[in-house]
Amino acid sequence: MAFLDKHAILEKSPTLLLTASLLVVTVGGIVEIAPLFWLENTIEDVEGVRPYSPLELTGRDIYIREGCYVCHSQMIRPMRDEVERYGHYSLAAESQYDHPHQWGSKRTGPDVARVGGRYSDAWHVDHLMDPQSVVPESIMPKYAFLADAKIDGEHIEALLSTHRFVGVPYTDEQIAQAQADFRVQADPEGDWDGLVERYPGAAVSNFDGQPELTEMDALIAYLQVLGTMVDFSTFTPDASR
Amino acid sequence: MADRKVDEETGVDTTGHSWDGIQELNNPLPRWWLWTFYLTIIWGIGYTIAYPAWPMVSGATAGVLGWSARGTVANDIAEHDGQNANLVTALLQADMTTLPENADLNRYAVARGGAVFRAQCSQCHGSGAAGATGYPNLLDDDWLWGGEMEQIIYSVTHGIRNEVDPDAHWSQMPAFGDIFTKEETAATVEYLVSLSSSEFDATLAEEGATLFLDNCAACHGDNAMGDRAVGAPNLADAIWLYGGDREALTYSVENARFGVMPAWGQRLSEEDVRAVSAYVHALGGGE
Repeated sequence: MAFLDKHAILEKSPTLLLTASLLVVTVGGIVEIAPLFWLENTIEDVEGVRPYSPLELTGRDIYIREGCYVCHSQMIRPMRDEVERYGHYSLAAESQYDHPHQWGSKRTGPDVARVGGRYSDAWHVDHLMDPQSVVPESIMPKYAFLADAKIDGEHIEALLSTHRFVGVPYTDEQIAQAQADFRVQADPEGDWDGLVERYPGAAVSNFDGQPELTEMDALIAYLQVLGTMVDFSTFTPDASR
Repeated sequence: MADRKVDEETGVDTTGHSWDGIQELNNPLPRWWLWTFYLTIIWGIGYTIAYPAWPMVSGATAGVLGWSARGTVANDIAEHDGQNANLVTALLQADMTTLPENADLNRYAVARGGAVFRAQCSQCHGSGAAGATGYPNLLDDDWLWGGEMEQIIYSVTHGIRNEVDPDAHWSQMPAFGDIFTKEETAATVEYLVSLSSSEFDATLAEEGATLFLDNCAACHGDNAMGDRAVGAPNLADAIWLYGGDREALTYSVENARFGVMPAWGQRLSEEDVRAVSAYVHALGGGE
């Protein structure tokens, strides 16, 4: 047992003890974290997932600012009851451009990972203005003030650039056109061909029904894209994940 | 150990550590605890062999049991679907117009449809299907696009005024705020009020009746009973989707309404569409 008795050397030297502890923790960290960066199947490549359009991204910021994530998760777990209620279980790829992601398992309200296209824009307006007008049993607070908060996309290029800085593949064109795309997504009368080309599947609509561009428009644009990017009729799940 | 030190007071071995003359006793851990601890280590190793665990070059080890979260949920769903397979097949093959005659299948369809309705439809139409302002009540027999089984199935499958299904029901009322003067709108509204209420201004309503015949009757019908072919609501009953007071009616005439319903055929399975249609049909207003 002579070897085991040597721990006295470590215990009697704080510097040595600290160094050795750091070494042990580092090994643990490397084993748990490092593989995520090299394993090819950490995030599967799924067709259809694209970065958020400028208006959607602005809506996402409002979603985070208002703390929607405190009650609503965006993660459908691979369990039968969840899949039956909310739709196909969430894929890691579907939040690969989320910084930060909106996963979670605590739900005071329902999961919103696939809320996109499930309700009309008018329903979202009614529901955000006064949730109890359409769902009497709801305990959600009212967000009517969003319809009065006008937005102009002043910092939209900077917002996209920041997301590119952390790894979202926005192209130079997307950043250059950000201001125009930001406005035209809420204007069905406008020339939105370029927007839809840059962001396939983006919904173009006067989301809140008002002539002005408001936070309500941005938030609904974001909600309407959630979970709609992947076409699950052509998606084959890889069982090894 | 040769240099064993024993504490004289207790007769227990000491570790040999001594600080200021105070010695540390070396009481061994209970055997059961120690062996349980060793067992958990062995169990842990076995667990990582049985289940996906160790990161390798291109992926993690799959585990000898072949378990995966995705496989489990797929099996759960397949098992559940298997239990209902006969009923689902029967439902898919059934002539929906005569479904109520098959009591067993009808009971299954309505129960399944109720579950679908509560998960997917209740947010707009209400958990009791009584609707809300702007979202039709499905309990009554006042249908916009028809209340026969096949018509309900069509509405559910393709939806109403959505951009995603080319076969969606579609119609759009013009916004008469750009066409009528304020006085003309007021007269038309007074006529609409007169159809289902006894308190109205007769002279104004008479003026509105002419305006109605010239501008509205093409869709809503000469007697304002509506036209389900174009989703034009019956205005002669006392049922108002967006409110029947003068203020709400004025808004409706001036701005028009544009109710949208998603195309559920793209989101639900065929059996779910049939089931939820059976449920809605059975709520009371089915024709």
